[in-house]
Amino acid sequence: MALLEIRSLSKVYQRDSQAIPVFEDIDLDIDTGEFLVLMGPSGSGKTTLLNLIAGLDEPTTGTITVGGEEVTAMSRRQLAAWRSDHVGFIFQLYNLLPVLTAYQNVELPLLLTHLSKKERREHVMTALEVVGLSDRADHFPRQLSGGQEQRVAIGRAIVSDPTLILADEPTGDLDAKSADEILTLMQRLNREFSKTILLVTHDQRAAERGEAIMHLDKGVLTR
Amino acid sequence: MKYARLIWVNLTRNKRRTILTALSVAAALFLFVALRSVNTTLDDARQVGSESRMMVRNAISVVFPLPEAYHSWISTVPGVRRVTWGNWFHGIYQDRRDFFPSFAVDVDGYFDIYPEMVVPEDQEQAFRRERTAALVGTGLMERFGWRLGQTISLTSLIYSPDQAWPFTIRAVYTPLPGWTDEAFYFHYDYLYEMSEWTQPGWYILELEDPSLAATIAATIDEHYENSRYATRTETERAYLAGIASMYGNVGLLINAVGIAVFFAILLVAANTMMMAARERASEVAVLKTLGFSDRLLFGLVLAEAAAITAIGGLLGVVGAKLLFEGTGFQGMGLLPGFEVKLRTATLGVSIAIVLGLISGLLPAWQAARLPVARTLRRVA
Repeated sequence: MALLEIRSLSKVYQRDSQAIPVFEDIDLDIDTGEFLVLMGPSGSGKTTLLNLIAGLDEPTTGTITVGGEEVTAMSRRQLAAWRSDHVGFIFQLYNLLPVLTAYQNVELPLLLTHLSKKERREHVMTALEVVGLSDRADHFPRQLSGGQEQRVAIGRAIVSDPTLILADEPTGDLDAKSADEILTLMQRLNREFSKTILLVTHDQRAAERGEAIMHLDKGVLTR
Repeated sequence: MKYARLIWVNLTRNKRRTILTALSVAAALFLFVALRSVNTTLDDARQVGSESRMMVRNAISVVFPLPEAYHSWISTVPGVRRVTWGNWFHGIYQDRRDFFPSFAVDVDGYFDIYPEMVVPEDQEQAFRRERTAALVGTGLMERFGWRLGQTISLTSLIYSPDQAWPFTIRAVYTPLPGWTDEAFYFHYDYLYEMSEWTQPGWYILELEDPSLAATIAATIDEHYENSRYATRTETERAYLAGIASMYGNVGLLINAVGIAVFFAILLVAANTMMMAARERASEVAVLKTLGFSDRLLFGLVLAEAAAITAIGGLLGVVGAKLLFEGTGFQGMGLLPGFEVKLRTATLGVSIAIVLGLISGLLPAWQAARLPVARTLRRVA
């Protein structure tokens, strides 16, 4: 049984009286430990699909099941708790909180757990070591380079040991060298820590780091 | 409180705005607490006087004196145990703005019927013996840095204003709760000697039984009704309540100011929180992707709003407290000193917090219901 199962998923945006379909009847399976890359032109619905999987948006029809739990049937409250336990999200623009240090940004998801301060510290330092920034723990985002900021964001995404990592164009705002470092890090997360990753990208070089590539275009998903 | 840091960094991310908002709330609360403290002090004043003591004063006003001869007749009224008298001196020490209540009193009788002032026995005897001796409250001693045995010089705005009046501080009294600690007493004989003033300002009677007060008042006032110096006799408590009422309808003023304060806090805090919430919409969306629930985000925004107004409220309360303590604001020594009572301070800060919570409701609700996907799309 796949970790992620998407069945007959459709999303239609309603703008005034006009219905704008993004995609229809999508089916997708992702196995545990898989590193899947999703490509497609702008506006094809890649980010929408990612948001639907994370429970940040509601599908028009269809179901999404992750680890046996039907995400599309959950209430907002259940979704928040589920995201906290099972999803690590990486954004193109990092989306770190500028008023918090790298350490405090990574610690954010752990505030939702019952871990003690000491336990949280251990987890945060481990995550920062994995992303290679343990010596930048007290730095604020403005004191870091783009690549370092994205690594902090990855640390935040993995600190609670989620079931699924969703990455939305994580190298889209980085130079080639930094992008390469981020992709290497994501590969490492997949290979060494068996993390299941769904990566959305435009970049063919980024796509080549994945185990499999899928294309979403004109509402149709193909391998 | 693991979320305290998050609340704090959000409060301090725009320091200027937070400080200005807190100061606005502080100014509003300062006004409210200061005025309410005047009200509570006047309320207390209505309770502070004794029911077993009566004041006999000139029926026209307390500023007009009474003949010395009244003493012997009033002493014979059935139910009157003792009679003493006093005069308002209006003494000034160095600076005219440093006001404190000062009285020339009948030393032999005055302190026997005022147990509210506790004086060491040896000091009391020293005070009684010396015509230029003064008895001073602990608060006044502290305020001017006076010490026992020191000779000071006062001038009076009433008696021989150009003349210096030397006094030697021979006794210091400690007041019982509710009594002023800033009064200055000296011998009536000294007043007579220096100014040849022979008329008491008012008489004070000690009753054998407080239930006789109405009868005694009627007896005295009827007796002098047609004289040149008609009297008005009332219990000390009623007398002080009358002084308190001279301040006017403070309660109405408090209510009017209170309503204005509530709206000021509400609008200022709501405006700040709306701006803060709008600026941080993308961060709220990010927190939601991390698993922060609607309820938690609602609570965090509310807590932030309450924190700003609580800080402002505290500043306002401290400001009002400093105002009364710094100025020694009081009712001519006849009323207890004006102060910010704990219940007023608690009420002020509570109002600030509650209004902060109310002002945070809308932005908190907006944060809780924020559409994550649409907000993140806007940012990207």
